[in-house]
Amino acid sequence: MIPGQFEYHAPSTLDEALALLAEHGSDARVLAGGQSLIPLMKLRLASPAVLVDLNGVDSLSGIEESDGQLRIGAMTRHSALERSELIASRYPLIADAAAVIADPLVRNRGTTGGSLAHADPAGDLGSVMTALGAEVGVAGPGGARTLSIDELLLGPFMTTLDEGEILTEVRVPQPEAGSGGAYEKLERKVGDFATAAVAVQITRANGSCSAAGIGLTAVGPTTIRASEAEDALTGSSLDDDALRAAADLAAAASDPAADLRGSEEYKRDMVRVLTLRALRRAVERAGG
Amino acid sequence: MTQIEVTVNGAAQQIDVEPRLLLVHLIREDLQLTGTHIGCDTTHCGACTVLLDGVPVKSCTVFAVQANGSEVTTVEGLEQDGALHPVQQGFTEEHGLQCGFCTPGMMLTSVALLEQNQDPSEDEVRQAISGNLCRCTGYVNIVKSVQHAGRVIREG
Repeated sequence: MIPGQFEYHAPSTLDEALALLAEHGSDARVLAGGQSLIPLMKLRLASPAVLVDLNGVDSLSGIEESDGQLRIGAMTRHSALERSELIASRYPLIADAAAVIADPLVRNRGTTGGSLAHADPAGDLGSVMTALGAEVGVAGPGGARTLSIDELLLGPFMTTLDEGEILTEVRVPQPEAGSGGAYEKLERKVGDFATAAVAVQITRANGSCSAAGIGLTAVGPTTIRASEAEDALTGSSLDDDALRAAADLAAAASDPAADLRGSEEYKRDMVRVLTLRALRRAVERAGG
Repeated sequence: MTQIEVTVNGAAQQIDVEPRLLLVHLIREDLQLTGTHIGCDTTHCGACTVLLDGVPVKSCTVFAVQANGSEVTTVEGLEQDGALHPVQQGFTEEHGLQCGFCTPGMMLTSVALLEQNQDPSEDEVRQAISGNLCRCTGYVNIVKSVQHAGRVIREG
C-alpha cells in the first residue's frame, strides 16, 4: 500500500515547525513517530497534503523532573520511557504502560506526544495521563498554553489542539509520599489494541486515600475518567471492600462497544477485574 | 523528488526519493536488497524490520526520506568478509527457521537485543522479538538461536 503524495518538511527547531504549520494551515499535519499516521496514510484514511516531521526537533525529546513535575518531551519514544530509570523508580504506572504499548518495534518509533495528540480511545497513554492528572504544554501561533489531559482529549481521535498548534510536552505532578500506581492491560496478543485496560494512581496519607485517579482504555469512544470510582476511593481506607466498590463503579463508567475482542458485557466485566487488580498493585506499591 | 543521503550496510548512497516512498520500498526496489520482506504492510508483522541507526524499526512504517543522514542495516549487511554474523550462525545451528520469511526481521531484532544484552534469558528474548511474528516455528528454536548467538558473541 502506497500513501498519497505529500510535501515533506523536516524542521530542526520548534519555531520552524510552527512557521511551517502556519504557512500550510489545514493542509498540514504533524508527523511524530508515525506509527499510527503512516498506517492510516497507507490505507488512505489520511491523506495530508503536507507533512511536518518533528523527528529532527531534538528539543522535543527528554525525560526530566523539575519544578515539582515530571516533564516528558512530546517526541520522547515509548522505548525511552520503558528504559528510563527515573520512570522505573518513581512512576510505576508509566513504566507498566510503556512496556505494553503496541510491540517493541513500534515502541522504538512511537512517541508520547504523538500518542496523545492522536487521541485514539485505545491509546494506552491517554488513560495513564488521565489517572496521573497530567497536563500538556502546547505551542502555537498564539503562544504557549497549558491544557489538562481532560481538556485535551475531546473525543475519538479528536483533541482541542487548534490548527497550527503542536503538543510539546507532557507534565506529570511528582508523586507524593505514599503514592502508587499500576496499569493492567488485557490484549489478545502483543501489538493488538487492548480489549480493555485500566490505569490507576492512588495516594495514601494517614491511613486513608487522599487522592485517586482512574483512567480506562479502549472501553468507550474516548479515554474515560472513572470519576465516581475516584470519588468513592478518596477518603476510604483502601481496604479490599473499598477497592471492590471502586472496581464496580469503574465498570459502570465504561462504555465499551462489542467487536472481535469481546462483547460489551465481557469488556465491562474485564474493566472491573482489571481495576481491582490495578488498585491492589497500586496500594501495595504505595506501601504502608 | 527529494535527495537523501543514507548509508546502507556501510555504503553511503545518494538517492532521489518521493517523500511518500516507504523505507522498505527504497530498500527492496531502489537498492534491490530483497532480503527485507514485506509480510503484512499494516505494521503488524515485523518481517520488514531493519536497523535504523542501530534501532530495530518496521521499515514499512518509516518514510525513506526520514532515513536521510542515517545508517540502515539490512540482513544483507550482517555477514562480514564471508563470515556469518553470530546471529546467522545461531539460526543455522539451532534450526531457527522453517519457511524463512520472518527470519531477516527476527535476526535484526536479535542483533539489537544482543548489543544490549549478550546473555538474554528465554523471557528476555521472547519480549524482544514479540513484535516479529513467526507462523512456522512456534518460536522455540528462534529463542534457542538467539541464545546460541549470545554464546558465540560472549566466547568471542
